[in-house]
Amino acid sequence: MHILVCGGTGCHASESESLLSHLKSIVADKGLDKEIQVIATGCFGFCEKGPIVKIMPDNTFYTQVTPADAREIIEEHIIKGRKVNRLLYQDPENKEHIADSKHMGFYKKQIRIALRNCGFIDPENIDEYISRDGYEALAKCLTEMTPQQVIEEMKKSGLRGRGGGGFSTGLKWEITSKSVSDVKYVVCNADEGDPGAFMDRSILEGDPHSVIEAMAICGYCIGASIGLVYIRAEYPLAIDRLKTAIAQAREYGLLGNGILGTGFAFDIELRYGAGAFVCGEETALIHSMEGLRGEPTVKPPFPSVSGYFEKPTNVNNVETFANVPVIINKGAAWFASIGTEKSKGTKVFALAGKINNVGLIEVPMGTTLREVIYEIGGGIKDGKKFKAVQTGGPSGGCLTEKHLDSPIDYDNLIAAGSMMGSGGMIVMDEDDCMVSIAKFYLDFTVEESCGKCAPCRIGNKRLYEILDKLTKGNGTREDIDRLRNLSQVIKDTALCGLGQTSPNPVLSTIENFWDEYIEHVTDKKCRSGQCKALLQYVIEPENCVGCTACARNCPVNAISGERKGVHLIDQTTCIKCGACLEKCKFNAVFIK
Amino acid sequence: MANIKLSANKLDELREVCKSFNNEKGELINVLHKAQGIFGYLPAEVQEVIARELNVSVAHVYGVVTFYSFFTMLPKGEHPVSICLGTACYVRGAEKVIEEFKRILNINVGETTPDGKFSLACLRCVGACGLAPVVLVGEKVFGRVSPDGVKDIIAEYAK
Repeated sequence: MHILVCGGTGCHASESESLLSHLKSIVADKGLDKEIQVIATGCFGFCEKGPIVKIMPDNTFYTQVTPADAREIIEEHIIKGRKVNRLLYQDPENKEHIADSKHMGFYKKQIRIALRNCGFIDPENIDEYISRDGYEALAKCLTEMTPQQVIEEMKKSGLRGRGGGGFSTGLKWEITSKSVSDVKYVVCNADEGDPGAFMDRSILEGDPHSVIEAMAICGYCIGASIGLVYIRAEYPLAIDRLKTAIAQAREYGLLGNGILGTGFAFDIELRYGAGAFVCGEETALIHSMEGLRGEPTVKPPFPSVSGYFEKPTNVNNVETFANVPVIINKGAAWFASIGTEKSKGTKVFALAGKINNVGLIEVPMGTTLREVIYEIGGGIKDGKKFKAVQTGGPSGGCLTEKHLDSPIDYDNLIAAGSMMGSGGMIVMDEDDCMVSIAKFYLDFTVEESCGKCAPCRIGNKRLYEILDKLTKGNGTREDIDRLRNLSQVIKDTALCGLGQTSPNPVLSTIENFWDEYIEHVTDKKCRSGQCKALLQYVIEPENCVGCTACARNCPVNAISGERKGVHLIDQTTCIKCGACLEKCKFNAVFIK
Repeated sequence: MANIKLSANKLDELREVCKSFNNEKGELINVLHKAQGIFGYLPAEVQEVIARELNVSVAHVYGVVTFYSFFTMLPKGEHPVSICLGTACYVRGAEKVIEEFKRILNINVGETTPDGKFSLACLRCVGACGLAPVVLVGEKVFGRVSPDGVKDIIAEYAK
């Protein structure tokens, strides 16, 4: 029997480490440590209810387990065979306890390819990876296939880059393999900078070997013997696991010289990012690895021709790599049978925001947003009304009700004014102001713009300022037109992918939430109550009993009125702090 | 540049770090990571030493240090507080949490309290979006932080 404890960052923050040591020591106390293995795994994806504990082989799924629950799980479930009901997942609709994770709405619609091992194996033990067909694909490539055959297989599978661009992976490998040079590089882009996206981190934490294996396969195809992983320094756990995995792979002869007894040599080094969003762009990433400022350069030349220190370099993202070994093992035809016509396979999304089941999910391409949000995500938090879903991070856009039934794939999302991006999916409800959301993303872009080209450096700043003006109630109709024009100019003229896509949040919110923009400029109103400057605190004379609580607590003395008389808020002095609303016991203060 | 005397053995340690990367200028970012690990921040003197060791201009080092948000030229507090401003945390009210930290600590984002105990910073997504809004104190992650919970977090470290 196995007791699997989630060791992902989310659960880590909720004491999963102490839970793990409790479980281990109790198992040892009972003398069960020969039969029962307690293992820390990668992320199960169901971060909402962490820490998660899973008992195998019966697949029992316990949620929100605290260190204090450890004893009960062992004494009841493991020894007496009785499941601990109160820790089982409860279906939010019929309140039934569900023991087997396969029957949970969250997992039902998912197909796990890139996340196949996350939550199943101990990421710090190479044997567990090998026991699940690990390194079999590498062996097959090295001993049975020529590099060209592997590339053909990759092309046939239809795998497209999961970092956002969606370029054919096989084609990229082919171009790099045809570049003539004595030295070439394989680079894994693990600089996951989208706010709200954490799929790459979870793969590296939960299944680092799949990335190592795929990088070696890529190296074999393009003729490279050095692999570099560019990883964010903000991901200490992922860095540790990756280092451990690389050391183990070297020990097993799966990295280094003469891999698996063949003449193929390949090794992997780590390079650390230092917090710059633009470094997700491949040319910027390469400059950062060279020890320079991470500024992008004009393409062409593409990195596949001239990349790291001017040598041909193949850059793929973590999730893209994680798909590779499965494609080789199960065949391109199998992979291509999943998904839509032009987008094959699955996509991992980080589901977050105002949704019941926050977590990491993997669904076939072509799944609709409605299925993701309502069936897997369990609907909107606190029974509120769905308003928008943001995909693609700061480069993407906000989709609405009308997009809920369109199948998710690269091309559909672009047609709808958003993009796949790396897979962040933030759900918003009626309390979110879309003008403020656009401003939030522009604030991010302004901060992260590297400053090399004027459209991005200056243009985005101006976009931000106009949006700020709108949220302060000083906007005009012309400002909305100005936003549109400027956005188009930035899209057409910015140097790199960051600048070219940065106006997307503005354009998509104007397109889909036109009424809300108009309300901000003509009626000076924010329907969700987020834009403070547009609020008015007023006192309803009928409810006011003249207790003076509001006047006494007003920090700027904006409230006047006699004791036992109706009070009045002076709108010119009011700073909209909300203290009066909080202190009034008679529901006399309200927001207009 | 300012004149803060760095202790001789720490400077030796820094030179050792440069040497361990073969004084290769392409390793600048790795060197800076290690240097920040030693000193806690990257004052001008440290940058000058690194520039000399790797045989690049001080301006080049400064350009790289200021480009990346992970590097800082100001010393952080004993307990660096970082508030996640990723989208998931933002829509779940991270801004109100920042305001509360600013109010209680009486400092702005990017500053350190006069007693050197706390410094306040924002960061973009630690990837624990399931726990939004998230606050980091040192390496410890606090999840689902509400403005009311801020004073408890500070109290835990104020002793």
